[in-house]
Amino acid sequence: MGDLAATLLSAHGLTRTYPGVRALDGVDLTLRAGEIHALLGENGAGKSTLINLLTGAQPVEAGSIHLDGREVRPKSPAEAAANGIVAVYQEITLLPNLSVAENIYLGREPTRFGLVDRARMRREAALLLARFGLSIDPAQPLSAFSTAVQQLIAIARAVDMSARVLILDEPTASLDSAEVAVLFRLMRELAASGMAVLFVTHFLDQVYEVTDRITVLRGGKLVGERRTAALPRLDLVAMMLGKLPSGDSHLQRHAAREPGAPFVTVNGLGKQHLVAPFNAEIRQGEVLGVAGLLGSGRTETALLLFGAERADAGEIIVDGRPVTLKGPRDAIRLGFGFCPEDRKLDGIVPDLSIAENIVLALQARLGWMKRLPPARQRELADTYIKLLNIRTPDAEKPIQLLSGGNQQKALLARWLATQPRLLILDEPTRGIDVGAHAEIILLLEKLRDEGMALYVISSEVEEVAAYADRVMVMRERRQAGMLAGDDVTPSAIIDAIVMPGAVPPSGRAA
Amino acid sequence: MMRVNARTLPFLATLGVFILLYALCALQYPAMLSSRVIANLLTDNAFLGVLAVGMTFVILSGGIDLSVGAVMGFTTVALAVMIEGAGLHPLVSFTIMLVGGALFGCGIGAAIHWLKAPPFIVTLTAMFLARGAALLLSTDSIPVRHEFYQTLSGLSLTLPGGGRLGLIALLMLLAFVAGGVLLHFTRAGLKVYALGGNARFAGLMGIDTARTTILVYGVSSTMAALAGIIFSLYTRSGYALTGVGVELDAIAAVVIGGTLLSGGVGGMAGSLIGVLIQGLILTWITFDGSLSSWWTKIAIGMLLFIFIGLQRLILQFSAPTRRTG
Amino acid sequence: MSGWFMAARSRLILLALVLLANVAVAPGFLELRLVEGRLFGGIIDILNRGAPVILLAIGMAPVIATRGIDLSVGAIMAIAGAVAAASVNAGHAWPVAVLAALGTGLVCGLWNGVLVTIFRLQPIVATLILMVAGRGIAQMITEGRVLTFTDDGLAGVSSATLLGLPLPVLIALAAAMITGLLVRATALGLFIEAVGTSPRAARLAGVPAPGILIGVYVWSGLMAALAGLIAAADIRGADANNAGLWLELDAILAVVIGGTSLYGGRFSISLSVLGAVILQGMRTCILRAGLPPELNLLLMALVIALVLVVQSPACQPAIARLTTRLRRRGAA
Repeated sequence: MGDLAATLLSAHGLTRTYPGVRALDGVDLTLRAGEIHALLGENGAGKSTLINLLTGAQPVEAGSIHLDGREVRPKSPAEAAANGIVAVYQEITLLPNLSVAENIYLGREPTRFGLVDRARMRREAALLLARFGLSIDPAQPLSAFSTAVQQLIAIARAVDMSARVLILDEPTASLDSAEVAVLFRLMRELAASGMAVLFVTHFLDQVYEVTDRITVLRGGKLVGERRTAALPRLDLVAMMLGKLPSGDSHLQRHAAREPGAPFVTVNGLGKQHLVAPFNAEIRQGEVLGVAGLLGSGRTETALLLFGAERADAGEIIVDGRPVTLKGPRDAIRLGFGFCPEDRKLDGIVPDLSIAENIVLALQARLGWMKRLPPARQRELADTYIKLLNIRTPDAEKPIQLLSGGNQQKALLARWLATQPRLLILDEPTRGIDVGAHAEIILLLEKLRDEGMALYVISSEVEEVAAYADRVMVMRERRQAGMLAGDDVTPSAIIDAIVMPGAVPPSGRAA
Repeated sequence: MMRVNARTLPFLATLGVFILLYALCALQYPAMLSSRVIANLLTDNAFLGVLAVGMTFVILSGGIDLSVGAVMGFTTVALAVMIEGAGLHPLVSFTIMLVGGALFGCGIGAAIHWLKAPPFIVTLTAMFLARGAALLLSTDSIPVRHEFYQTLSGLSLTLPGGGRLGLIALLMLLAFVAGGVLLHFTRAGLKVYALGGNARFAGLMGIDTARTTILVYGVSSTMAALAGIIFSLYTRSGYALTGVGVELDAIAAVVIGGTLLSGGVGGMAGSLIGVLIQGLILTWITFDGSLSSWWTKIAIGMLLFIFIGLQRLILQFSAPTRRTG
Repeated sequence: MSGWFMAARSRLILLALVLLANVAVAPGFLELRLVEGRLFGGIIDILNRGAPVILLAIGMAPVIATRGIDLSVGAIMAIAGAVAAASVNAGHAWPVAVLAALGTGLVCGLWNGVLVTIFRLQPIVATLILMVAGRGIAQMITEGRVLTFTDDGLAGVSSATLLGLPLPVLIALAAAMITGLLVRATALGLFIEAVGTSPRAARLAGVPAPGILIGVYVWSGLMAALAGLIAAADIRGADANNAGLWLELDAILAVVIGGTSLYGGRFSISLSVLGAVILQGMRTCILRAGLPPELNLLLMALVIALVLVVQSPACQPAIARLTTRLRRRGAA
C-alpha cells in the first residue's frame, strides 16, 4: 500500500481525561482507504480510549476527527455507525440470546406490513454470511456458535451497515490459527474493497502478517506511526515498552548481591487454557521480574501463585514443604500478598475509607472475631500513609477520591500491614503519575533490601532490568526464558520477548 | 422448523408438565375434559393471563413489575366510582383507565431509566402509590350495576360440548395474541429481547434503551389496567384490595412458562401455559375437595424452584467458556 | 458518637417531624405514664407496634449491604409463628416452642443463603421461591386456619413486661444492640461492606466471602423468626395468611431510609432501626389523626420516591453542588 492512498479518516490531538489520569493526550491517527492499520500498545496505553472516541462511546474532549475531509463528532455508537465507523470488540458485543439473523439486522429488520419479515431476514442473513464463508443456520441463537463464528458475524453486521472504517479490537485473542486465517483473508478482502481496517492486537506475528502500517501508543501518548515493512520487530517492541532503540538505559542496574535463601519454588505450575506449566524460584531479598507482552500469560502466573486460580498441574513448595492453594486465603496464610493489575475492580474497595482499605487484608487474616481496635487501625493507617507518602488529608476519606498512584500505595500498604514474606505485584506502576511512579520503585527496592521476596510483573522493561535480580520472560502463555545476573538487560529482555529461543528456557537460576 | 435447543427446552418442559398434569387430572376426574371446565379455566384465570402478558414483556427486558396487582385493584375501584358515582359510560371509563394505565407505566419506565434505580424498588413505590390511591377512593367494595355490564357478560362463544367462552376469556386470548405479535413480530419486540440480553450491548448496537424501557413498563401497566377491567366485569364490583399479591402469581406464571428471570430468553406462549398450570392446580384442588388451598402455593413454589434450577443448569452448560486476557 | 449524629441528622429531623405531627394530633403523645409497673405512652406504643419491622430491618440491612435482598422474611415470620403455635398445641413447653421457631428461621435463612452463595441465584430470585412457597408451608402447618393457642408463656412474648417495658420493645432493642455489636465490635461489618462493594477485591484480600454471604441470610431468617414469634404471640395464634404480609417491603424501605444503598456497601443497624421507627411513627400518626390508614401507603411511596431521586447517580452532581454551596454559606 503506497503513501499516496487517499486518507479516509484522520484524527488530530484527541484528548480525554479521567479524574486523575490523562487517558489520551493529543493523539493523532491517520487511516488510508484500503489499508490494514495496526494500533499497538500495552494496557493503559490509551487504545480503548481512542476507539471509544472514534465510535462515539465517549465524548471527545479536545481534538477533531475527520472522515473524508468532513468533520464528524459522533455522540453515540449508533451515530458513528451511521457515519460509517463501526467497531467489533474482542468481547463480543452482540446479544447471545438473539438469533444470528436478529443480531445482524437488529434495529433495521426487513418488515412487511409493519411486521418483521423473519423469512426474508433469515434468507438475507444466510446470503450475507455466505459471502463471509459461513454456511450456518441464521435462525440459531448466537450463543450456539463458537467465539470465532460470533466474531465473524459481528464483522458481517458491521460491514453490512456500510462501514467504511472497521475497527477490530483484539478480534483474534480467542481464535485458533485456522480461524485467524479466515479472519485475515476477510480483512484483506475488505481492505481491497476500499475500507480502512484498524486492527488492535497483542500478537506481533499477526501484525507483521496482515498490516500495512502501525501506530503505537504508550501511556496515553502517540509514540509514532511507521510502515510495517520498514519497522524491525525489535524496534517495534522497544517502541511499545518504552525503550529507545538507540539510547542506553538511564536507569542504573543495582550491584549484584548475595542471593537470599529460597522461599518459594514453583515446579511445573500450570492450568489448561490459562498458562502452560512454568518453573520459578523466588528468594528472600530478591526481585523476580516477570516480563512479557499483554496476553503472554504473565498475569496468569500471578493468579496461580496466589491461588486466585486453581492450578491443575505442578506444585508450589514453600520453605521446602509442598503446599496446596485452594484460594487466596491459603496464600495469605503462607505470607503472600498480591496487588492485582486492575486496581479499580480487583484492588480497592471504593466505598470504604483509606484506613479500612489498608487494614482489610490484615483483618481478613486475623479473622472476624479479632477485630483490630479503631485506635490500632488508625495507627496502622497513619503509619503507612506517612511511610508511603500517601497524599490525603486524613485516613477516613473514601479511597475512591485518591489519585491512581495514591490508591496503588494504599494497596501496597494493605499488604505491608500483613508483613508478607512474598509480595506479588502486577503492573505496580501502570497509570500513575511520574512522582508516585518513582516512589513505588524506591519502595520496592527498600523492601527487597529488607529481605522480602518480590514477584513483579511489569511491561516497563527498563525498570525491570534495573531492579530485578532475575527476569522470567513469558510469551504466548508459556515460559520463554529466565534471565539472571549480567544477562538482565533491557535488550536481552526484549530479545526474549520477541524471539523464540533467544535464551535457554531454563527454569531455575544457575 | 423449531429445533430443540437450550432456549426452547424450558418451554417444552413446561408444555410437558401441563400435558402430564392435565392427563393425570382427566384420568382421575374425566369431567375435567369437558369444554365447560376448559372454558371456566380460561375465564377464571383471565385477569392473571392478561397480567402475565405484561409481565412477560417486563421480565424479558430484564426487569420486574411489582405494581401490577395494585394497578389492577385501583382500576376496579376507579371503574366503579366512574360508572356508579360519576355516571360515565363503561366504555368511556375503560378508555380512561387504559390510557391512564399506559401513562402510569411510562412514568415507571422513565423513572427506572433516568434515575438508574432498580426496577424492583421503583415498581414497589408505584405499588404503594396505586394501592394507596385505590384505598383513598373507597375502602369498601362497590357493586357495579350498569346494564352495559350485563350486556357484556352475555357475550360468549359456545364451544362444542356446552362450554361458554365468555368475553373476558376471549379478551385474555386476544391479549396473548396481540402481545405475542408485538413481542415476536415487530422491531419493538426484538428490542425488548435485546435490552434483556445485555442493556449495554443493546446500546452499543444502536438500540434506544430509554424508549424501550418506557415501552415495556407502559405495556405492563396497560395490561394491568385491562386485567382490572376484566376483574371488574368478572365480579361486577370494585374493591381496592383486589389482586393483593397477584403480581407474584404473574411472575411465577412467566417463569414457569420458560422465561428467564434474568431476561432475554422466553416467550409469550410459555406464559399462557404457566397461567394454565396454575389454574389447573387450583381446579384440581377444587375437584378433589379434600386437599387444601395451601398446596397451590407449595406446588407453585416447587415448580418455581425446579424451573429456576433448570434454567440455571442450562445457562451453566450453554455459556461459552471465557478465557482471561 | 458525633459522627453518628452527623450521619443520622436528616433521619433525626424526619423522626422529630413525625413525632411533632403525632403531638399535633394527640397533645399528650409524648407523656409517659407508669401504670402497674409498666410504662405507657406514645413512644412506647410506636416501639411496641414497630418491633416486628425493626427486627426485620435489623436482619435486612446486612443483606442489602452485600448487594442482596431478602423477600422471604414475611413468609418466614408466618412459618415461625405457625411452628411455635403448633408446638405448644402439641404439648411442648413454651421455651421449646420458641427454640423451634428460631430454629425454623435459621433453616429458612440457610436455604436462602445456600441458593445465593452456592447456587449463585440472584438474591431476588432465590428468596422469591421461599416468599411464594413459605406461606403455603405455614398454611400446611396451621392447616389453613388461624391456629390459636392458650399457652400464657408463649403469649407473654408479646404481652409480658420487663423492667417496665413491653417485651417486644426489649427484644427489638436487644436484637439491635447484639447485631450492632456483632457487626461493629468484630470485623464482620467491614467484611460485609467489602463483599457488597467489591466482591472480587474482597476475595483477593482474603475476606471469606461465601461464609459472610450465607451468614447474613441466616441472620435475616433468625430476625424474621423473632418477629414472627411476636406477631403470633400478639394475637395468641398463628395466622399463616396475614402474619408478616408485605412486611418485607416495610423492612426494605426502613433500610433504604436508613441510608443503605440498594447497590450494596455501607450500612448501619442503628439508622435502619431509626428508619423502621420513622415508618411506624408515620403509621401511628395517621391512625391517631383518624385519617384513612391508606394515606400511609401514599406517604411511604413519597418517601421512597424522594430517597430514590436523592440516591440516583443523575442527581448526585446537583446534590454535591448544593451541599458545597450550603457549606460555603455556613462558613461565611
